[in-house]
Amino acid sequence: MAADTMSTVASIITQTLVYSTPLVFTALGGTFSERGGIVNVGLEGIMVMGAFSSVVFNITYAGVFGVWTPWIALLVGGIVGMIFSLLHAVATINLRADHIISGTVINLMAPALSIFLVKVLYGKGQTDQVPQTFGYWEVPGLSKIPVIGPLLFEKTSAPAFLAILVSVIAWFVIYKTRFGLRLRSVGENPQAADTLGINVYGMKYSGVLISGFLGGIGGAVFAQTIAGRFAVTTISGQGFISMAAMIFGKWNPLGAMGAALFFGFAQNLSIVGDSIPLISSIPKVYLQSAPYALTIIVLVLFLGKAQGPKAGGKTYIKSK
Amino acid sequence: MSNFKFSKMNGILVPILSVIMGFVLGAIIMLLFGYNPVQGYQAMLTTAFQSPKSIGEIFVTAGPLIFTALGFSVASAAGFFNIGLSGQALAGWVASIWVGLSMGDSPRLVALTAAILAGVIAGALTAAIPGLLRAYFGTSEVIVTIMMNYILLYTSTHIVNNVIPEKFISTKGTTKLIGANVSLRTEFLTSISNGSRLNLGIIFAFIFLILIWFLMKKTTLGYEITAVGLNPFASEYAGMSSKRIIVLSMVISGALAGMGGVVYGLGTFGNFFVQGNSLSIGFDGMAVSLLGGGSSIGILLSSLLFSILKLGGQGMPILAGVPTELVDVVIASIIFFVGISYLIKLILTKLETKKEPKASKVEGGKA
Repeated sequence: MAADTMSTVASIITQTLVYSTPLVFTALGGTFSERGGIVNVGLEGIMVMGAFSSVVFNITYAGVFGVWTPWIALLVGGIVGMIFSLLHAVATINLRADHIISGTVINLMAPALSIFLVKVLYGKGQTDQVPQTFGYWEVPGLSKIPVIGPLLFEKTSAPAFLAILVSVIAWFVIYKTRFGLRLRSVGENPQAADTLGINVYGMKYSGVLISGFLGGIGGAVFAQTIAGRFAVTTISGQGFISMAAMIFGKWNPLGAMGAALFFGFAQNLSIVGDSIPLISSIPKVYLQSAPYALTIIVLVLFLGKAQGPKAGGKTYIKSK
Repeated sequence: MSNFKFSKMNGILVPILSVIMGFVLGAIIMLLFGYNPVQGYQAMLTTAFQSPKSIGEIFVTAGPLIFTALGFSVASAAGFFNIGLSGQALAGWVASIWVGLSMGDSPRLVALTAAILAGVIAGALTAAIPGLLRAYFGTSEVIVTIMMNYILLYTSTHIVNNVIPEKFISTKGTTKLIGANVSLRTEFLTSISNGSRLNLGIIFAFIFLILIWFLMKKTTLGYEITAVGLNPFASEYAGMSSKRIIVLSMVISGALAGMGGVVYGLGTFGNFFVQGNSLSIGFDGMAVSLLGGGSSIGILLSSLLFSILKLGGQGMPILAGVPTELVDVVIASIIFFVGISYLIKLILTKLETKKEPKASKVEGGKA
């Protein structure tokens, strides 16, 4: 491979990873929530809160934590996302709210509340650039491997590797642990799970809160790698794409990760496409719409109706 | 999915209490951040009702909302969540402007009818897709309509930037203004409201509030839609084609949303400009319908309330220093309280049986 082609490919790979990472985290979150039977249309709003809080944290504490700031901000974003998702959990699990309505409220509330707070804090409609971003990372050791090293490990995104690691952990948790088995059983048949002594509400709460944590991290990653600041348009559709990735991946963490990588690739193409010869001739609208259109096609062709967790979207009412 | 159908008594109390609680929450937030809630709400009301023009604008804002809300309520009567109202309204907006611009100096009756029909049909077609997919493949309409919102958003940008003839474009991403022959504005309406953008859209909205009420309550089709919504299997047994009803209810829903876009295009703005995000009338329409409990009178009242909030909110930063976004927080929390109406009903029942208010329960509802 010639040197330029090599660097073009390497940059496509890196950018794909960068664009995929927020989607991977959020899609994993969605998977936990839906495995527990709570449909979470509110992932978009949760990402907004994660993005907002991480940017505020980054701007405020960059001087204190230096290069570690974005990493700590990830945690902050995750925790704020988790607290925010509590609204959805209480509404759908205890108060019998419709999952779609509650999720939509989350999506309506998050941008309003966060921009309100931005105006209160900074007196303007958007924040400044964050002082510390994730930047590029060289994977120690692996970057020395010929060909593969420069392509995958030389100038790459550290959060992306974390996302892949978390996907594997999530897969392990959902399929190989007692917690995962219980969570899935609650999503499939809460009555039966209850009979076996599983704490149905507790499991559902765990699912939603994990989705809030991971969704918040997703938003925080997006804000600190791609957007660089927080405004009302910072998160525009990534939460919904993540939801699509979750469905595309058939509610399996590794599948969701694969789909999110693909969607990240598609998003990246629609943005950098102009500079790549073959792709620049394709009208942008096709590249932009591709992930959404593909989701619909996959749903129609391969999934049909009954593929999600069976009790998804239904309120479980414990009878006394 | 029928949590938001209320019994008669609760049907009135729940939305009223939700609105009150939404405002209280807004007041608490203002207090928390050091604003004066009385000043804040006063600023809102003063701005909304300051002049005949601002009152005209309340109706300008309400028009498209009534249409998207009606669209949402027809679909949800059949048991569907049409989250695609934004995209369908957008399709209606673009189509009506495009056809309107193409009609040049044609006679008003022909041109206006063609432009309106184009928008309505565009909305209906874009809603037919999730309807057909749901009816024949069992695909979740929630996912499909959400995805289509984005596809339509990008498509509308593409149409304006690359497809519409150059002569209809004023600056990149913005079309020229439509001619008077396709405008929904009239001399009369403009003059009675002191130069507001008041237009025939609100009159159409009133007519459709009655028409849809008639459709749903007095016709066989309306009965079938409601029956399918309540129990698709039983309706199938009774000889109704649930597939036909699914598609038809989505088509009607989309046509209404498309009409919302038409009112936006031919009435409120008079042109189309590239949108950065899904149209807010989609989600607001959904909220209006939920708050209005799906009934015509409910939709009318809640659309007016939303318009007052939205317009009044614009005056809050100037008059009280409160960021406009506070009203969106209030709107979102109102819908949240409607969503958790179970709690409100529970409290109401408790109050009735015990006659002893439990303060702690009410407190929990505001969290």
